[in-house]
Amino acid sequence: MILGADLLRIEDLSISFAMLGGRIDAVRKASLRVSPGKVTALVGESGSGKSVISQAVMGILPKIATASGRILFNDPLDGVQTDILKLSHDGPDIRAIRGRRIGKIFQEPMTSLSPLHTIGDQVSEVLTIHEDMSKDERYERTIEMLRLVGFSTPERAFRMYPFELSGGMRQRAMIALALICRPALLIADEPTTALDVTIQAQILRLLKDLQQEFNMAMLLITHDLGVVANVADEVVVIYHGEVMEAGTVEDIFRRPTHPYLKGLMAAVPHFDMKPGERLKALREVPVNASQLIGKSGGNEPPGPDVLLSVRDLTKSYKVRKAGFFRQPDEAPMRAVDSVSFDIRRGECLGLVGESGCGKTTVSKMLMRAVTPDSGSILFHDRQGPIDVLRADGAQLKRLRSKIQMVFQDPVSSLSPRMTVQNILSEPLEIHKRGTPKSRLETVSALMEVIGLNGRYLNRYPHSFSGGQRQRIGIARALALGPELLICDEPVSALDVSVQAQILNLLKDLQKDLGLTYLFISHNLAVVDYMADRIAVMCAGRIVELAPREILMRAPVHPYTKSLLAAVPFPDLDRPLDFSTLQTANASDMRNWSAPFRQDDDGHGLATADLGDGHLVLARNNADVRELRP
Amino acid sequence: MLRYILWRIAVMVPTLLLISMLVFTIIELPPGDYFESYISELRAMGEAADMEEIEALRERYGFDQPAPIRYIQWVGGMLHGDFGYSFEYQLPVSDVVGDRLWLTVLVSFVTILVTWIIAFPIGIYSATHQYSWGDYGLTFLGLLGLAVPNFILALILMYFANIWFGTSIGHLMDQKYLNEPMSWDKAMSILEHLWIPVIIIGTAGTAGMVRRLRANLLDELQKQYVVTARAKGMGPFRALVKYPLRMSLNFFISDIGSILPQIISGAEITAIVLSLETTGPMLIKALQSQDMYLAGSFLMFLAFLTVIGVLVSDIALALLDPRIRLQGGSTK
Repeated sequence: MILGADLLRIEDLSISFAMLGGRIDAVRKASLRVSPGKVTALVGESGSGKSVISQAVMGILPKIATASGRILFNDPLDGVQTDILKLSHDGPDIRAIRGRRIGKIFQEPMTSLSPLHTIGDQVSEVLTIHEDMSKDERYERTIEMLRLVGFSTPERAFRMYPFELSGGMRQRAMIALALICRPALLIADEPTTALDVTIQAQILRLLKDLQQEFNMAMLLITHDLGVVANVADEVVVIYHGEVMEAGTVEDIFRRPTHPYLKGLMAAVPHFDMKPGERLKALREVPVNASQLIGKSGGNEPPGPDVLLSVRDLTKSYKVRKAGFFRQPDEAPMRAVDSVSFDIRRGECLGLVGESGCGKTTVSKMLMRAVTPDSGSILFHDRQGPIDVLRADGAQLKRLRSKIQMVFQDPVSSLSPRMTVQNILSEPLEIHKRGTPKSRLETVSALMEVIGLNGRYLNRYPHSFSGGQRQRIGIARALALGPELLICDEPVSALDVSVQAQILNLLKDLQKDLGLTYLFISHNLAVVDYMADRIAVMCAGRIVELAPREILMRAPVHPYTKSLLAAVPFPDLDRPLDFSTLQTANASDMRNWSAPFRQDDDGHGLATADLGDGHLVLARNNADVRELRP
Repeated sequence: MLRYILWRIAVMVPTLLLISMLVFTIIELPPGDYFESYISELRAMGEAADMEEIEALRERYGFDQPAPIRYIQWVGGMLHGDFGYSFEYQLPVSDVVGDRLWLTVLVSFVTILVTWIIAFPIGIYSATHQYSWGDYGLTFLGLLGLAVPNFILALILMYFANIWFGTSIGHLMDQKYLNEPMSWDKAMSILEHLWIPVIIIGTAGTAGMVRRLRANLLDELQKQYVVTARAKGMGPFRALVKYPLRMSLNFFISDIGSILPQIISGAEITAIVLSLETTGPMLIKALQSQDMYLAGSFLMFLAFLTVIGVLVSDIALALLDPRIRLQGGSTK
């Protein structure tokens, strides 16, 4: 056994896809290895070919793909070496490896499990295929595996359907499915990308524990350098289908040599950035906002210090349980629960929270897309305050031009049937600004602002990349000269290198045009880079609001703390502390320490002021000194 | 689940009542009634109508009473199985229809069965071999089946069947058995005649079903859970049947709702061309001659079958798809 040292060895792998009008090379002469019991991370941006490699290893490439090279799998069980590419497509040999010797978990735990079959059915099916077992033995093995991945009542989980579980639990079920035959190699394709940060930390910990317990090797595919630094032993960096750099995790993080890798590292926002330090985008976009200055009302007298004040905003949804004779459950779900905050003129307020915490609902209420049950929103215009919730007619129209929004998904937020020029001039037409000629001038100026060539005006959105499209979305929001820009996860659909570009663009625009931002994100590092003050939202309430340095350095609320503790750093010297990670749900109030919990005997929660603009949600009889750590 | 079914059945009552009002109004809409068109028909042929007899009939069937009362009598009668009197056939409606009903059910049932048996393998083949020659060829045949009107196909088949097999294709059985009681020979004769209408009525349905099955299955084949099944090491055929095929069945079950009424009313024109002893031609004739009880009962029966069909398909969907069963009613 000369090659016995490597469990998986990929040599000169090339994969191409037959497309209309030619071939596309997805992977070019890539070589990498996975050692037994070790974790190799395959890092790259979207479209770099990393997922295609993982499909080739299992022999589940789409039919239009052709592969050349060698994928050698050394099964430690019998010492036999197989070249996976030589096995027939869907033949019995490759099927005996799939699921039994190589397991795989996917990014989207919802869609990768069938919604029509129970968890138990889908997990135990792997045993039916590969092992000669009785029904009872299969049931026992499945229950044991489900317990191992963290189901507290596996018997119940066995009978449940995937849609009855949360995202994290679904991913646990998926892990159980992949590992039930104790494979020698686990391929994890972006296993935590679709999950919240606290859940991500739990899943990473589980994967690491199981990997050690089963002495299993893992090929981890990810774009997140933070995850890599915490889990991997070896790292392979791939860009446009070619391996850029490979080595141990120490080499890669301490001594990166390839410019692409260096650029990637510099493009990720991290918590140790000095004030004023700038991210280095791989491709920087020059901002030229000089033509827009003056249009956004720079000559008017400066307005009051607070631009927007939100008080006691509440929105609840009725949850109707199944059953038609039964009355709907009377206790409605509070999506947003008495949220209050101020946005000061010219600042960037960050709003952080996990999915479903109500942050997008808040932004929709500011835009009047959702009507709150109670509460008030006041917009302090230079010409006097506007009650956002009651404004109508000309006042509403004026308000609309003052508050604009940048959306998360750059694909679906631009109409595919309109040219860039139509998209950018539409707001001007709606508000009857200028003549067709002056509108065209404004549109050209906007294109210059976002660093796109004016020649592209007659193109349609599909001919632009994700980052360019997001820039068009920003230009559209700027067209009317707004004062407040609501950015709802503007970079979470973008790759790391493009993300830095968009963040820098937004920062420059804020400086040049004197804009005010409400910056909504689930990514703490991004919010840390952008915001002056940060509000943390959990289960519909703002649990902590403080200036950036205070919130990052000295958080008080247990939820903020667990959120910060769960962020994986792309830094080997700051590993995630897996031992302190709660297995329980961090957003569940019952897991918080006493002063932050709602009391049984009527003591509700109220906002306590710790000074320096540091607000925290605590029991209304709690002592301020008691709250400090 | 039981609660859900009971609720659905309770909702059916007002639905059917509303439909019955609509049906009654539509039948009443044309001016005059059956007797008036009967009299004018007699006059046109130069015969004198026996006005006294007609007046007696009018009175007997309550035609001199206002519409709301007639409506109540009609609905009340239907509740205990009295569907009224067909003036044209001079028989109670149930006697007129009864004979043809089971023949219609037979034709339609066999048609649906044949449709499924042909459409399923073709649909699965087309979806799994997308853009292959087989797919293109079958698609072409399917489009042909959709495009050719049934009655033309009926005429062509009648001609060729007569030339090649020497069987007279008209009717569902040999003429001599028409009004005979059931016998072995009559059954064989029916089977001998059955395949022609089944093929003719079935072509369009088969082609449509192949297209829909192919489209649905193609959608499902792209889904991530299919990759999961392959990554488990499942064989291609088992993975296909257990996951994507099962998922693509939903449309098929929702179809049951519209299939039931088709059993009774389907393919009227084909039935006329082939002179089949089914209910379709009878419904058309009843509507033409304003034979109101016959037409009304027919329409009500169709409505009833539609409502039942939708109920059956909803219950079947809930049984098959846990998302409907367990999430139904909860709104986010």
